[in-house]
Amino acid sequence: MALPPYTSTLERIWFYTFRTICGLVFFFLIAPLVVIVPLSFNSVPYFTFTPEMLAFDPAGYSTRWYQDFFTNLNWQGAVKNSVIIAFFATILATALGTLAALGLSRAHMPFRTTVMGLLISPMIVPLIISAAGMYFFYSKVGLQGSYLGVILAHTALGTPFVVITVTATLVGFDHSLTRAAASLGSSPAHTFFKVIVPIILPGVISGALFAFVTSFDEVVVILFVASYEQRTIPWQMFSGIREQISPTILAVATILVCVSVMLLVATEMLRRRGERLRGLSPA
Amino acid sequence: MSAVSPDTPAMLTTADGAPLKVSFDRALRRSRLKALALVLPLFAFLLITFLVPIGDMLLRSVENQLVGNVLHRTVKALDHWDQGSGELPDEEAFAALVADFQEGRENRTIGRVGVRLNYESGGMSSLFRKTGRRAKRITEAPFREAMIKLDKRWGNLDVWRLIKRESDAYTASYYLSAVDMRFIADGSIARQDENRQIYVRLFGRTLWLSLVITVLCLLLGYPISYLMATLPVRTSNLLMIMVLLPFWTSLLVRTTCWIALLQQQGVINDLLVWVGIIGEDNRLAMIHNRTGTIIAMTHILLPFMVLPLYSVMKTIPPSYLRAARSLGANPFTAFVRVYMPNTVAGVGAGSILVFIIAIGYYITPALVGGTSGTLISNFIAHHMQVSLNWGLAAALGALLLAAVLALYVLYDKIVGIDNMKLG
Amino acid sequence: MQGKTLAIGLAAALAAGAAHAQTELVVVSWGGAYSASQQKAYHDPYMAANADIKILNDDSASEGLSKLRAMAEADNVTWDLVDMIASDAITACDEGLVLEIDFDNALAAAPDGTSATEDFGDMIVSECFIPQIVYSTTFGYRTDLVKTPPTTIADVFDLEKIPGKRSLEKKPLANIEWALLADGVALDDVYDVLSTPEGVDRAYAKLDTIKSDVVWWAKGAVPVQLLADGEVVIASAYNGRLFSGIEEEKQPIAMMWDWQWFDLDGWVVPKGGKNVDAVMKFLRFATDTQRLADQAKFISYGPARMSSAPLVGKHATLGIEMGPHMPTAPANATTMLPNNIEWWADHGDEMNERFNAWLARG
Repeated sequence: MALPPYTSTLERIWFYTFRTICGLVFFFLIAPLVVIVPLSFNSVPYFTFTPEMLAFDPAGYSTRWYQDFFTNLNWQGAVKNSVIIAFFATILATALGTLAALGLSRAHMPFRTTVMGLLISPMIVPLIISAAGMYFFYSKVGLQGSYLGVILAHTALGTPFVVITVTATLVGFDHSLTRAAASLGSSPAHTFFKVIVPIILPGVISGALFAFVTSFDEVVVILFVASYEQRTIPWQMFSGIREQISPTILAVATILVCVSVMLLVATEMLRRRGERLRGLSPA
Repeated sequence: MSAVSPDTPAMLTTADGAPLKVSFDRALRRSRLKALALVLPLFAFLLITFLVPIGDMLLRSVENQLVGNVLHRTVKALDHWDQGSGELPDEEAFAALVADFQEGRENRTIGRVGVRLNYESGGMSSLFRKTGRRAKRITEAPFREAMIKLDKRWGNLDVWRLIKRESDAYTASYYLSAVDMRFIADGSIARQDENRQIYVRLFGRTLWLSLVITVLCLLLGYPISYLMATLPVRTSNLLMIMVLLPFWTSLLVRTTCWIALLQQQGVINDLLVWVGIIGEDNRLAMIHNRTGTIIAMTHILLPFMVLPLYSVMKTIPPSYLRAARSLGANPFTAFVRVYMPNTVAGVGAGSILVFIIAIGYYITPALVGGTSGTLISNFIAHHMQVSLNWGLAAALGALLLAAVLALYVLYDKIVGIDNMKLG
Repeated sequence: MQGKTLAIGLAAALAAGAAHAQTELVVVSWGGAYSASQQKAYHDPYMAANADIKILNDDSASEGLSKLRAMAEADNVTWDLVDMIASDAITACDEGLVLEIDFDNALAAAPDGTSATEDFGDMIVSECFIPQIVYSTTFGYRTDLVKTPPTTIADVFDLEKIPGKRSLEKKPLANIEWALLADGVALDDVYDVLSTPEGVDRAYAKLDTIKSDVVWWAKGAVPVQLLADGEVVIASAYNGRLFSGIEEEKQPIAMMWDWQWFDLDGWVVPKGGKNVDAVMKFLRFATDTQRLADQAKFISYGPARMSSAPLVGKHATLGIEMGPHMPTAPANATTMLPNNIEWWADHGDEMNERFNAWLARG
């Protein structure tokens, strides 16, 4: 959108004003995430820039909050739990969600809209309500405060993302491809792995990523369904922010921002690969 | 040899001799069953882990077995008591009450009845506790006098009316509380005292703040979506990263960021003092109040507005605007009359999405909202964890759920859930 | 020969197995400095003497009652011992969530032979609750940020004398009593006044005068943090947390003890726990005269046993005399406001509702 030479002064002014506004909005989106990075290297237990920090005095900086994170048993337990819970929830959610998406994409799926609505309801229902329901019910059946309970809850929250992403890769899927494979003598299993899997794989992986992040970030349901033993990183952060604000939280936050950068790159690559495979965009 | 009449065409059959229609139906049924079989595992899973729990919660908002179960003899004896008669229940009811108290004290359930009835009328908790402790001493008739001697409140008609009213297996009182109403002693419904009304106001505030946040997201999201939709793909992809990075970052991290920025000794106040816009003594209070909730939630929900807006705007050919310009429209008119109407679907989708998420939000208001920035979700959590009034928590949750589902139906009408996209 | 070796091997394996057969006790408490004091005074010495016991800390005491209910409903009690404030313990006892305690048999007598019942005396407010500490909610203020130090409860409500933000606990308990005391009501009349609608209105009218300057706290560590950050100039807080802010963290904070809110905290044993016998043994140790006095070496809360009081000595690391920092020290206890548990049990729901509505009015 370069500025053509014939634009009037007013348009020029508007053009630059508009760009400035957009710049400010992008600044609003990114700046908060960037600000915490230097703050996490603070040498004193506050959330503010000290004069030493502003003078770039090395004495104003330290890695003590990172050390705290890597040595504190509360945090280490939380990291371990987060990974374990997210791992199992992702596997379960991906398996169940992919199967359901394959079913939903078939031409003759009865009650399609209703079923779809029910399957993605964990994404629609406000988390506090899901948390309340699960808390009451899981308490009754003895799942409250157990790993199994937390994993089941996170699986339920993660499946809608898998259903949606996998269904999306099957939109416009040419079913004559499977028939072509069959007519060329391929067995149904063979067809599934050679024709369908490559097409849905990007959707499955990005759905799995979403499920993983959902579990990894989830804080409302975990507060109710888990007990201290199953505490995850968000659980620990939430109680940390409420209890005593130490910059360890900022150090954790910085690490998590780095993790999300990596996840972002991963999903972006998947998306492009998916589009290329389905011929939606030129390679 | 049957004659083929001209108006009934010969029945088409498949290779195995079955009529085509039957065979086709069978294939269709098989295909349907296959589709269902694929969906079934997830459906069953969600039914047990998610849908039944939600239903259980909804049931809890009306369920009221406790009083009837623990005071079962009393409730039975009250069957033939006419509460409008202006007279106390008979001796039989008092005898039943003593027996129920003795049993309830033994298995420690009477205290919970007191707590339950205390929701309806203050003082019940101590009445039940006190009576529970001493009821075992009452061994012989007349029970009525003994009980009234034990505590004169047992001679109060309203206490008996309350027990009778709350002895039904289902109650509407939690829902009444959730809309600032209550039963008064004679069983009719009245508004809660002025200074105890809270939930209607809170629902109102939740809707209002969600609306403000939605509008702010739209105001901020529209220009950048437009910019990204009109820039070359390479540049817009770079800018998209700036939208997706916060989107992928943990919600708690973003909330933490805003605490660091907004607090009185925080980055923004420091900056303003340093620049000299405000004095050291007049640091702005931007956190633990409504401002904090609005700023942090707008930041957190902005990507949910930008993504649908952008995907709609990308499909609008730039030639539309050029055509309008060449037909004589000035840039402003061209934009408002030609471009904006084309983005309505995106605006609708983004706004409803943001609004739905906002009205159910819990974490961010809990951490930065103080008292004036808390939403209905925070009170649901409060009643679950602090006041332990689970029935009221469930009733508030049910009302919130109804609001969200209504909005969701609207979303489905505008966008269609099939078109829901992520990232 | 081979058989013999095998037998020896088996026996060794069994012995090793027995050595590792530890009982894990899940003890629920309040976290932070408070849990640390229990760890040092009770858990560590007990584990050192009993190798087969391992004590795990769970810091969810603030949700103690609700989680106990959930566990009882599920019939899956995973906690062995819970630290609770007295009023919650009474509710838990009434609801049958916790065990009744036979004080004289289950707990150790005082060194001079005084029975546990007599030694705890008035502190026994429920048959399920073993008192542990007396704590108070009192006031801390920034010595460098107030021009004239506050001396009475009325100063907390005086925006002219003490300008700036203040922090109070986000519940009506104590705050409405303080409001009335600041408004000139005598201690003996407080609950009579509060039992009338006009009296409650009066308390809220007083609170209204400072409402816009109050930052509300919900967790014990927060008010001290707010004071340290200079976000508020005066705050109500648990006296032990203030002590650690002042003496251990060396913050410019001082205490104002006028009308300190006096309350009890102690242990309850969940009904249906899996290690009741082991827990009762631990409790006998952890609530004896010496142990209660030991805890006061780490945090300035008063021991609940009369016989422990003379044994309270110096702070374990700072070496300062702990006596004067106790809420019960004569200099601090000139005016005291004890928690009226009975009144709050009856009016708590009503008061909380009103308080929340008042707050939400924003």
